[in-house]
Amino acid sequence: MDRRTLLTTAAMAAGLAATGTAALAQSKTKVGFILVGPKNDGGWSQHHYDSAMVMAEHFGDAVEVVVQESVPEGADSERVMTQMALSGVQLIFTTSFGYMDPTVNVAAKFPNVYFEHATGYKTAPNLSTYSARFYEGRAIQGHIAGKMTKTNKIGYIASFPIPEVIRGINSAYIHAKKVNPDVEFSVIWAFTWFDPAKEADAARALIEQGCDVVLQHTDSTAPQAAAQAAGNVITFGQASDMSDYAPFPRVSSIIDNWAPYYIERVQAVMDGTWTSVMTWDGIGPGMVEIGEISSAVPDDVKAEALAMKDAIANGSYHPFTGPLNKQDGSPWLAEGEIADDGVLAGLDFFVEGLTAEIPS
Amino acid sequence: MIRLEKRPSPSRFWTATTPLLAVALTMVAGGILFALLGKDPLEALRTIFWDPLFHPQFASYSRPQLLVKAGPLILIAVGLSLGFRAGIWNIGAEGQYIMGAIVGAAAGLAFYPSGSPLIFPLMVVAGALGGWAWAMIPALLRVKFRTNEILVSLLLVYVAQNILASAAVGFLRSPEGGGFPGSRNLSQWSSSANPELITGTGMHWGVVAAFIAVIFAYVLMSKHLLGYQIRLAGQAPRAARFAGVEPGRLVVLCLSISGALAGLAGLFEVTGPAGQISIDFNSNYGFTAIIVAFLGRLHPVGILLAGLLMALTYIGGELAQFMLGLPAAAIQAFQGMLLFFLLGVDVLSNYRIRFGRRSVA
Repeated sequence: MDRRTLLTTAAMAAGLAATGTAALAQSKTKVGFILVGPKNDGGWSQHHYDSAMVMAEHFGDAVEVVVQESVPEGADSERVMTQMALSGVQLIFTTSFGYMDPTVNVAAKFPNVYFEHATGYKTAPNLSTYSARFYEGRAIQGHIAGKMTKTNKIGYIASFPIPEVIRGINSAYIHAKKVNPDVEFSVIWAFTWFDPAKEADAARALIEQGCDVVLQHTDSTAPQAAAQAAGNVITFGQASDMSDYAPFPRVSSIIDNWAPYYIERVQAVMDGTWTSVMTWDGIGPGMVEIGEISSAVPDDVKAEALAMKDAIANGSYHPFTGPLNKQDGSPWLAEGEIADDGVLAGLDFFVEGLTAEIPS
Repeated sequence: MIRLEKRPSPSRFWTATTPLLAVALTMVAGGILFALLGKDPLEALRTIFWDPLFHPQFASYSRPQLLVKAGPLILIAVGLSLGFRAGIWNIGAEGQYIMGAIVGAAAGLAFYPSGSPLIFPLMVVAGALGGWAWAMIPALLRVKFRTNEILVSLLLVYVAQNILASAAVGFLRSPEGGGFPGSRNLSQWSSSANPELITGTGMHWGVVAAFIAVIFAYVLMSKHLLGYQIRLAGQAPRAARFAGVEPGRLVVLCLSISGALAGLAGLFEVTGPAGQISIDFNSNYGFTAIIVAFLGRLHPVGILLAGLLMALTYIGGELAQFMLGLPAAAIQAFQGMLLFFLLGVDVLSNYRIRFGRRSVA
């Protein structure tokens, strides 16, 4: 094909595509997802993607879902969001903390497009935030870990020193300590969400230090494999069930389930009832699921863990209930006092008894 | 039978033509790749190369974005090309880019919330110094201890990444960020902001700096004695020594320039498009710039065009992802093909293809 016909064809096709998009926008609700990792990363991004697909199936022909994977945080994400908004997408989910400021900027430019940012704290009239109370699941893991450790040493692979991760460490520690006063936590900061080699190194280092339980706030299955190789170490799945490693070393898991939320929000756009909200749901509404507690866990421990899950779900128990002191010994919560969401959202300190440090 | 015969000197015609040939071959191979993925190859190529420039819905936005994306690539690549021409391999521009951003941001934030007009110029100087200082480590180690600057500069990227993480969660963390990592937003503080200079063009100070760097490098390489020394050192190191070129001085000089330019690119990015120091602030500009430098034949004008082309494949690639559902990996493979074909067809500028039997000389 010579150059001129190529250009003519291209121009015609461009025109057709433009009319096509405009026609579609009227009949279908267009929903966009921006993922920080590949859609099959086995953890965080995959669960957003899978939940998006559940939502797409729920609405069938009424929605058109567009997905952009592996989008770097920062200036690139701002461009991707802008182009999505320009292409007629009506609702955009930006699914990583680092997209916060770009989402705020783009939301200001497109007042008629709705935005939903995961795990952030900045909102606008057309920008909601949503996150899950993973620390509720951590409480159950802490309980099982405290009961099952024989060396009384529990290892924790942490990602970044942000409130979400700090809440998880505190919650797991509080509940392990409650059932086992001798328990000690070793924390390794991996400074990554997903790096199988680094995570495996961290897991092996913890195991060599004598830890026989390894908790992880990173997304790969490498720590599970390291524990399996060691043979006498238990683990918990993170973000996804990681059931390939069940029943041992993986004895339970925290699963992120965004599908109900996505269905609810897309429905709101269709009905014209969308408003800006800050959603922070836990086990109760089903945003945090507890993966099956495996046969490696004794029946009585399993029963206690499930009872705790029910109590958290129905609101009769809150994992951050006093008395609790801060790491430096100063009082935080009085007897029976419950931590308020504002403090939890920006949590930047450990509770008393933890010996690890938060890097700064 | 086909055989290759080395040319006495590289063919001027092919040196100029091979980049275009490489782009054409990439389009063909990419088209086949997209067709195998079940997409219309012409539509995919149109989305990548045509839509960002001329699509009625996107073009008004994506055309200026081309400059935003190409600016740092060109700025870094121009600096790198000087060293590459002299056989000095600075692979760690990514680290110098990060350090420029951190040092520049820190210098500005030290005066927060002052409204002084001197803050932005101060940050620019600090950014260049940050990148320069980081590049001086491999330079001095090579000059004093004969270490390999490829390894040292590359490994320093990982050190810089850790300093970046530590800056985002520690010494540069915004006190108003509620415990979350990330510095204050520099593009929203008027003293440190690096805004769009002319609305709707994407032109910010970093793009201006990139254009100046291109002109400066062009003059340096074609008119200045230093440019001659750089070329000579790359093509004939022994001859260069006889001509009075001090290799140590050249190493320090080339790494100084590339480090400072990479630092500047980081500073302009953190005060403009990126807006803040965050854990993942670096987005591989430093590494992509190496590709841009070679794609542009280590020539300033070539780099300018290569930077724009690279930016086009990024922006068009993003469009193709969500318009056509092409996977991100296919786009990356497509960009990889570009470099592969460029290096592959390079053979034409250095060798002559002969058909038929070798004649007995």
